[in-house]
Amino acid sequence: MNLNLTLIGQAIAFAVFVWFCMKFVWPPVMQALQERQKKIADGLDAASRATRDLEVAQEEANETLRESKKQAAEILDQAHKRSSQMIEEARDQARQEGERMIASAKSEIEQEVNRAKEELREQVSRLAIVGAERILESSIDEKTHRKLLDKLAAEL
Amino acid sequence: MAGNNQTPTEYIQHHLQNLTFGNHPENGWSMAHSAQEASDMGFWAIHLDTLGWSIGLGSLFLWMFLKAGKAVTTGVPSGLQNFVELMVEFVDNSVKDTFHGKSQLIAPLSLTIFCWVFLMNLMDLVPVDILPMLAQKVGVMFGADPAHVYFKVVPTTDINATLGMSLSVFGLIIFYTIREKGITGFIGELTLHPFHSPNKLVQALFVPVNFLLETVTLLAKPVSLGLRLFGNMYAGELIFILVAMMGLWQLPLHFIWAVFHILIITLQAFIFMMLTIVYLSMAVEKH
Repeated sequence: MNLNLTLIGQAIAFAVFVWFCMKFVWPPVMQALQERQKKIADGLDAASRATRDLEVAQEEANETLRESKKQAAEILDQAHKRSSQMIEEARDQARQEGERMIASAKSEIEQEVNRAKEELREQVSRLAIVGAERILESSIDEKTHRKLLDKLAAEL
Repeated sequence: MAGNNQTPTEYIQHHLQNLTFGNHPENGWSMAHSAQEASDMGFWAIHLDTLGWSIGLGSLFLWMFLKAGKAVTTGVPSGLQNFVELMVEFVDNSVKDTFHGKSQLIAPLSLTIFCWVFLMNLMDLVPVDILPMLAQKVGVMFGADPAHVYFKVVPTTDINATLGMSLSVFGLIIFYTIREKGITGFIGELTLHPFHSPNKLVQALFVPVNFLLETVTLLAKPVSLGLRLFGNMYAGELIFILVAMMGLWQLPLHFIWAVFHILIITLQAFIFMMLTIVYLSMAVEKH
């Protein structure tokens, strides 16, 4: 257990090792560690940013969906309204048309009846004249008896 | 056991003797053939085994870390890189927790201390006879007397190694103190504490007392740092040697002591590193 030159040798070796470690070993490892730390921090940052972006996008998508649903409902509503309106209109038109047709048919019928009445009256009046002629065996002057005949026809 | 005709005492002494090369007063520069010759050499001697193993293990550590450092990627680390990064981060955190000054040196210094001391301590777990026996075989090939081939495997059981490191740390303590506080600050630290008086005359009386106390405190740092590591490792080694003399019983006993020793090995390396950081941070910080 003697103190001797070994002590100095050990001290020199120690100094050399420390110097070597400081120059060549420590810096690259430390640098790599720091770079990785930065990379991981960046990665985490990006991840949280992406999560935030995703949330925003989801919110937007929801918003759009909600809006389009609303629009679709509106369009559907309008279409319903429009169709019922159209049906109503069609019904109205049909009714009017029908009424008009009925009215015209009625007036035609009336005209026909009137015409038939007129004809009938004329024929009756002619028949009456013929009958009267036969009875009287003389001619009845149309002109002189016109008024009488018209009165007769009107009474029929 | 090495050499079957040895007494237990001789066996232990043989194991505790370093392979020494030095300037013997009679033989000149030569290998020491006995403990007596080694101690006769005085200061001008070198423990070849201590230096060889410590430099070898230090180089192993640096080579391993350099290799990992060169292949280092910022991507997913694997294998060796993982381990190296773990160590570097562990040391870096320890330093950051304790040392608040600015220094490029402290962290690599601490890493070197921790890994190097750990590796040197780790040699303790190699069964005590294997490497000395190999060394004897090699020595015999070179024509040496096997009884005179000494070989101590664990560098930290050599007080020269531990004191060599702790004195280097001591040098750094003084360097950092002077760099941060100047020569006057250093001298002031040695003489104006712990007793302090506003009265100049009383203060002058306090100075020698302070100087004595503070010098002891300062010198106690490297001495305790070196001796703590040396003492722990030496005691552990001694127990390994004693266990190795117990015949078959040594197998379980060696295992138990080795498992326990793993703790001591790591702990001592950590303590050496931590105390170095603490001492240096004390040198840098103002009271």
